[in-house]
Amino acid sequence: MDKVQLLLSLSIALFAIGLLGVIVRRNLLVMLMCMELMLNGVNLSLVTFAHQMGEAVGAVLVFLIFVVATAEIAVAIPIVLLLVQRKHSLDLGVYTDLKG
Amino acid sequence: MINSMLAGLDTLLLLVFAAGALAGAVLMIVLRQPMRVATALISTMVFLGGIYGLLGVHFIAAFQVLIYVGAVMVFMVYVIMMLDPRDPAIQSRFSKLLVPGVIGFVCLVFVLVGATWKGAPAVPTGTREAFGLQQFAVAFLREYWLHFELTSVLLVAAIVAAVAVVKLHRRG
Repeated sequence: MDKVQLLLSLSIALFAIGLLGVIVRRNLLVMLMCMELMLNGVNLSLVTFAHQMGEAVGAVLVFLIFVVATAEIAVAIPIVLLLVQRKHSLDLGVYTDLKG
Repeated sequence: MINSMLAGLDTLLLLVFAAGALAGAVLMIVLRQPMRVATALISTMVFLGGIYGLLGVHFIAAFQVLIYVGAVMVFMVYVIMMLDPRDPAIQSRFSKLLVPGVIGFVCLVFVLVGATWKGAPAVPTGTREAFGLQQFAVAFLREYWLHFELTSVLLVAAIVAAVAVVKLHRRG
């Protein structure tokens, strides 16, 4: 069994499970965490390719993804807190009136 | 002989870490309480850090633990502690999209993993020498300095946005 194929399969699985979580879970915070899981899957594939090619490009991209993920959480968490203060629930069904 | 034993140990550790990361991810979907989901995600991230360490990119492993587990997930755990545990969102786990979501998940995994295992990876194998922190730092600041500067712009924008959200709340 090839190591690269194993790691790529793992990264695909992590990404798909994160996507599944974003679709099927109802809790806003859990959905945010599933998005982080998707980013982690992408990171794993980037590191695998960088390791295979012996170049640092993939690692640079991983660092940029770290920064983007941190910025995303820093903005998303206050928004979630504001939503919860207004409706007193994390359930996604409560926010259907936000439809355009 | 010792070399072959070490290689076998490497493979074994890789398999264990991969299985742990996958188990943590599955637990994230199944568990009900947000705090347990956060713990499962933290374990997945630590296992991924172990995998990065096994691949020889130790600085990414360190930053995975420092930034993801140390900063992002601690932030998440604080928010979970601030919330009401009697929230009905915690009682009901899945939305109405459960069946189509699972069908799409199975199709996606089937297609992508099948493509990975069937065809040879189209990536050209390079020198296969593990790159160190020095090589990474030189590439970062010599070739990708523009991205580095844009990153700082993004961080400033995120700080301004977070402050604006809080101010908006205080005024309203």
